[in-house]
Amino acid sequence: MSGLELTRSGRRVAFRLTRPGVSGVLRLRLALVWLTLAVAAAGTFCLTVGIGSGDYTVPLGELLPALWGTGEPATVFVVQELRLPRAAVALLGGTAFGMAGAIFQAVTRNPLASPDMLGITQGAGAAVAAGIVLGTGPGLSTQTLGLAGALGAGLLIYLLAWNRGTTGYRIVLVGIGISWMCVSLTYYLLSRAELYQAQKMLGWLVGNLNDRGWAHAEPLALALAVLVPPVLLLGRLQRALLLGDEVAAGLGAPVQRVRMALLMCGAALAAFATAAAGPVLFVALAAPQIAQRLARSPAPPVTSAALTGSAIVLVSDLISQRLLHDTVLPVGVVTGVLGAPFLLWQLSRTGRTGS
Amino acid sequence: MPYLKVHDGIFVTPQKTSPPTGASPDRDTAQGTPIGTARPRSARRPRLVIAAAASLVGLCLLSLAVGSRAIPLDQVVRALLDPGHPGLDTEVEAIVRGTRLIRTLVAVLAGAALGLAGAVMQGLTRNPLADPGLLGVSAGAAFGIVTATGVLGITTLAASIWFAFAGSAVAACVVYLLGSRGGGASPVKLALAGVAVTYLLDSLTSGVALTDPESLDRYRYWSSGSLTGHDGDALLGIAPFLAVGAILALSTAPALNSLSLGDDVATALGRRLGLVRLNTALAVMLLTGATVAVTGPIVFVGLVVPHLVRMVTGPDHRWLLPGTMLVAPCLLLAADIIGRVVARPQEIDVSLIAAFLGAPFFIALVRRRRLAEL
Repeated sequence: MSGLELTRSGRRVAFRLTRPGVSGVLRLRLALVWLTLAVAAAGTFCLTVGIGSGDYTVPLGELLPALWGTGEPATVFVVQELRLPRAAVALLGGTAFGMAGAIFQAVTRNPLASPDMLGITQGAGAAVAAGIVLGTGPGLSTQTLGLAGALGAGLLIYLLAWNRGTTGYRIVLVGIGISWMCVSLTYYLLSRAELYQAQKMLGWLVGNLNDRGWAHAEPLALALAVLVPPVLLLGRLQRALLLGDEVAAGLGAPVQRVRMALLMCGAALAAFATAAAGPVLFVALAAPQIAQRLARSPAPPVTSAALTGSAIVLVSDLISQRLLHDTVLPVGVVTGVLGAPFLLWQLSRTGRTGS
Repeated sequence: MPYLKVHDGIFVTPQKTSPPTGASPDRDTAQGTPIGTARPRSARRPRLVIAAAASLVGLCLLSLAVGSRAIPLDQVVRALLDPGHPGLDTEVEAIVRGTRLIRTLVAVLAGAALGLAGAVMQGLTRNPLADPGLLGVSAGAAFGIVTATGVLGITTLAASIWFAFAGSAVAACVVYLLGSRGGGASPVKLALAGVAVTYLLDSLTSGVALTDPESLDRYRYWSSGSLTGHDGDALLGIAPFLAVGAILALSTAPALNSLSLGDDVATALGRRLGLVRLNTALAVMLLTGATVAVTGPIVFVGLVVPHLVRMVTGPDHRWLLPGTMLVAPCLLLAADIIGRVVARPQEIDVSLIAAFLGAPFFIALVRRRRLAEL
């Protein structure tokens, strides 16, 4: 192993491999955070599939064969058709929300910015409400409507904020405007709706994961497969944007193009997640902030935020199904009760800058 | 302060050399037109105050006159100034002095309080997304109402107002304490603690409301955000809190100006940061808590009006705060009047109209004007 050279400084380990000519820096804390979060998410995923939604417990020994489609037909049906899609929506939705939140917060350089503060989620809500009240027929599901609304709102925000280029500040302000228009439209429709329509609307607006099938999970998985690679590839340029527009331009980053590409990816991630899982509030805002403090990084880290988001949604869904299964508390309520104290605890531990 | 003069546009000259494309779009647009043609800010500020005050008086009179029964303006003035005049219809007098006067007063007070609280909150957290409820105040009020109804079985309107106020006070204290643990409050920590407590309380509120139908009903009624259905007692009850809050808020204006230069500079200028933050948070808690306890969460006004006023006055809080106090009630009153007229004989809630008509106007302004950032 003469070709491997390790230098350790503080909590970073720099490595250099001479033969293939690779070098880099390992951040031990970040690696530990990734590992912990991934284990937590994977563990909860298995638990959800094994014992979630119902009294039919699948032992771990039968779980793995059932995932591959072998074993008792009843077990295979329960695992593959009932529980796996729901767990997949929770896992992928949490990932997308966390990632979208990290992108929005980094690009606007505002820790309060997230798809559910800037109107993406509200656009989905307004579209779903309109679809339910005005009656779009059976062809358009709430999923399609939510997707259209969220993408429309994201596009509208960017177009309206564009005036020979744009800034994070202007995007935030336009987002506020769009968000409140959509909210007031939703409430107006809610007050005009018949009771059964209002109940259907509220059930969607709170965000719950009941009755999720593969039809919900598949588009989301596809979207993640398409959108995650560009986001990760743009990570280096995104870090340049954090220094401010002028410095980033000085470093050679194409500021406007990077910002547009990142925001489009973020909005699309949030849109697909909202369409599949409903507007699960707070995850997109809190996950990047929690991840940033766990990883002790200077800005919301995209990958850690994605892992945190999926862990929060999976654990919340498991709690809302198992601990509280006699009540009607949806996952959107549990994410707040679970995530908020955690964020507060993290905040109280950090120094006065908050990071 | 020299940077203000640059913003005033007096010393800005159109530059011929353009910076790297796309690096600074705001400055690009500014260079297109020589700003010397625009009126200097020092002249625009008093004009804004006078115009806002005049339109506030006009909208108040209009609010007394317009409704399901239209009343001529001369009769409105007579009913206000000379009650019991023989030439005055008693029904007209009852409508003007009984219902519409209180409704108008609630709108003016709520608008002024929420606008002021929003402007102060944005100055304190230095965040354009900050609204008057950011300290957990609105969520605390909602939780207070739901607990009072669901757990303690209190259903009267007057009592639930006080529970709402108590809830918002407790929430604001919790946010402030949590946000200042571990080495003092900073804008980011306060804002994040506020958001976290807001979501926590919202979740708990939904939890109680979803399991107890009666508190859901009470919560729904409150949260639709309405200016109607109040009596004079509620108004008198919250007026002292609003007055104290307004005085506190207005008195922090110079300190907020220092804070906008950054914590270090503000300290160097002799500001005691902890004291300023405590004062400001107290003012926001009093103003927002007392208002939302009565009217429900009408957040949009407090979020947007400070941005609108900042476009005219610039970031100087000594003009921004009074300006917001005058413009915010105008928006609320206008929305209320429109809500009465468009769907006669039904009425549309003021918060819906304010957001739906105010937002496009806001976006148009944000697009057109050079932004005065926080």
